[in-house]
Amino acid sequence: MTSTTTTPPPAALPAVAPKPRKAKPSGINRRSPAGRAVTYVLLLFFLIVVLMPAYVLVVTSFKNGRDIGVNGQWGLPTVWTTISWAKAWTALGPSFFRTFELAIPVALISSFLGAANGFVLARWRFPGADVVFTLILFGMFIPYQSVMIPLREVVHSIHLLPGIPTLIFVHCVYGIPICTLIFRNYYATTVPVEIIEASRVDGAGLLRTFASVILPISIPGFVVTIIWQFTSAWNDYLFAIFLSNTNNGPITIALNALAGAQSPDYAASMAGALIASLPTLVVYVVLGRWFIGGLMAGSVKS
Amino acid sequence: MTASPTPSPTTAPLEPARAPAQKFRRVSAHGRVRHWGPGLLLLSPSLVLLAVFVYGLIAWTVRLSLSGQHSAIDKQTFEGTKTFTNLFTHDISDRFTHSLGNLGLFTLVFLLGTLFMGVLWALLLERKIPGEGIFRAIYLFPMAVSFVASGVVWRWLMNAGTGDRAGGLNAIFHGLGLTFLENPWVLDPHWGMAAMAMPAIWQLSGYVMALFLAGFRGIPAELREAAAMDGAGTFRLYRNVIFPQLTPTALSVLIILGHMSMKMFDLIMSVTGPGWITEVPAVYVWQTLLTSDFAKAAAISVILLLLVAVVIVPYLIYNNRVERRS
Repeated sequence: MTSTTTTPPPAALPAVAPKPRKAKPSGINRRSPAGRAVTYVLLLFFLIVVLMPAYVLVVTSFKNGRDIGVNGQWGLPTVWTTISWAKAWTALGPSFFRTFELAIPVALISSFLGAANGFVLARWRFPGADVVFTLILFGMFIPYQSVMIPLREVVHSIHLLPGIPTLIFVHCVYGIPICTLIFRNYYATTVPVEIIEASRVDGAGLLRTFASVILPISIPGFVVTIIWQFTSAWNDYLFAIFLSNTNNGPITIALNALAGAQSPDYAASMAGALIASLPTLVVYVVLGRWFIGGLMAGSVKS
Repeated sequence: MTASPTPSPTTAPLEPARAPAQKFRRVSAHGRVRHWGPGLLLLSPSLVLLAVFVYGLIAWTVRLSLSGQHSAIDKQTFEGTKTFTNLFTHDISDRFTHSLGNLGLFTLVFLLGTLFMGVLWALLLERKIPGEGIFRAIYLFPMAVSFVASGVVWRWLMNAGTGDRAGGLNAIFHGLGLTFLENPWVLDPHWGMAAMAMPAIWQLSGYVMALFLAGFRGIPAELREAAAMDGAGTFRLYRNVIFPQLTPTALSVLIILGHMSMKMFDLIMSVTGPGWITEVPAVYVWQTLLTSDFAKAAAISVILLLLVAVVIVPYLIYNNRVERRS
């Protein structure tokens, strides 16, 4: 696969070979040994700061809920135990699987919609396409509160099953703008007009061109939107709290119920937070460079 | 972009030319349908969905906000902007303006903090150094985590206990003898929202870093060389050559983060839950819905939408123009 994501990602993870750069101009751009040392000290300091919450999560999750006193709260567990993990899993297990049932269809459906729209808006442009595109994009920036009150009535009146089916529908609809944006930029930068012209000359209509010429070269775009939509649906809390509950909703609802009690069991909450973050973290580690491609696309133009 | 092959149907000025012109126009309209029709057809499911679920529902919310539906049994009578004026003038203990103030403080700290950290990290990493990939990946990883999950740990870190009962970050300050740094964090009645911005800064600084890093790398090496040739020092190189090039990046970052800030909901629900000290309009909507005051909840939502639109609409129009020019 080539490095043809939406917008050129800044060579994201170590797996990506850095672009060969010209030799640095001498003088100002070279750092002195002291400057280099300061740079590394700062980088390491921030590394520790960024990782600190992760350290707390992991360490606390292996403590016994009753053993978290004020003393030694930053230390390693005196006795390592998975009792809190078991407790968290009991609370989150059902919603963990439900969230897969939510996030996977959302990722696939909204990607297909986005690919179709992006193709038309990038390479089959009708008069007024720019205005339509801008109107589509606006949908991704709105605060969803501004549609939420009637939305509850609408999904009820069109007889969507409460819980996951409703959330799938809603995430697909409100995921259209970002997926359209990602695919439009992708097609505009990587699919030459000539391919489409040639296909037209051969007498292929739009649908044939899209299905037989465009879709096969769309995999990088799909990877970006699938990751993006999977992560958004997995991490969503706003739609979930308005449209579902602990019995039929995704993992964020269950986690907040576990962690939000007046005197929460921190060990179990943190084990729960780790369980809830695991799928998206795995995606980030394995497919990091495309994850960043999605992030960059969020800024409309980079 | 592909130029439209259908000629534009200009109105024929002369009488005798009318008939053929009309015929031609009809053909061209037909041709246009054949040419653009399939594309519009492919686009139409999404357009219909967005027309209904974005624009239609916004219109519905606006209508609701102008109605007198203040409880589950009220009829939808037209009440005008009364609900809006009440929010600003007659809300109990000025709850709404209080939530706007909270949002303002949060946004300010969040934007400044995220921008500062993000640009600093990008500057530190800008010149290829060994280990860059690892630093970058770790700085960015909080983006993959949900606010609900990170809220769990930040709630623990920002434990309000001090002194002998210090917990979380306060315990570290206490242990290091930096007792003056111990504070009640999100429970501080004045500065609670500033503390609330910390998890958000932690989560999004890496994103800003990635955008700025891409910006730095996009600057042609020749430009730097030319500046160096002209004898510009490092400071002047950045001040006069590099930063001006990054104005569009900075603008994008500010707008993306600014509109995220306006919508902040998950983080607050997770760290403190609904409460006076950290209430913002997005949470206020939720709290109001629980009391079935639909008109008021809708009115707050509309104000929230306007706040976001003021930032986003000019940005979208600007982007549209820039693109058309290029």
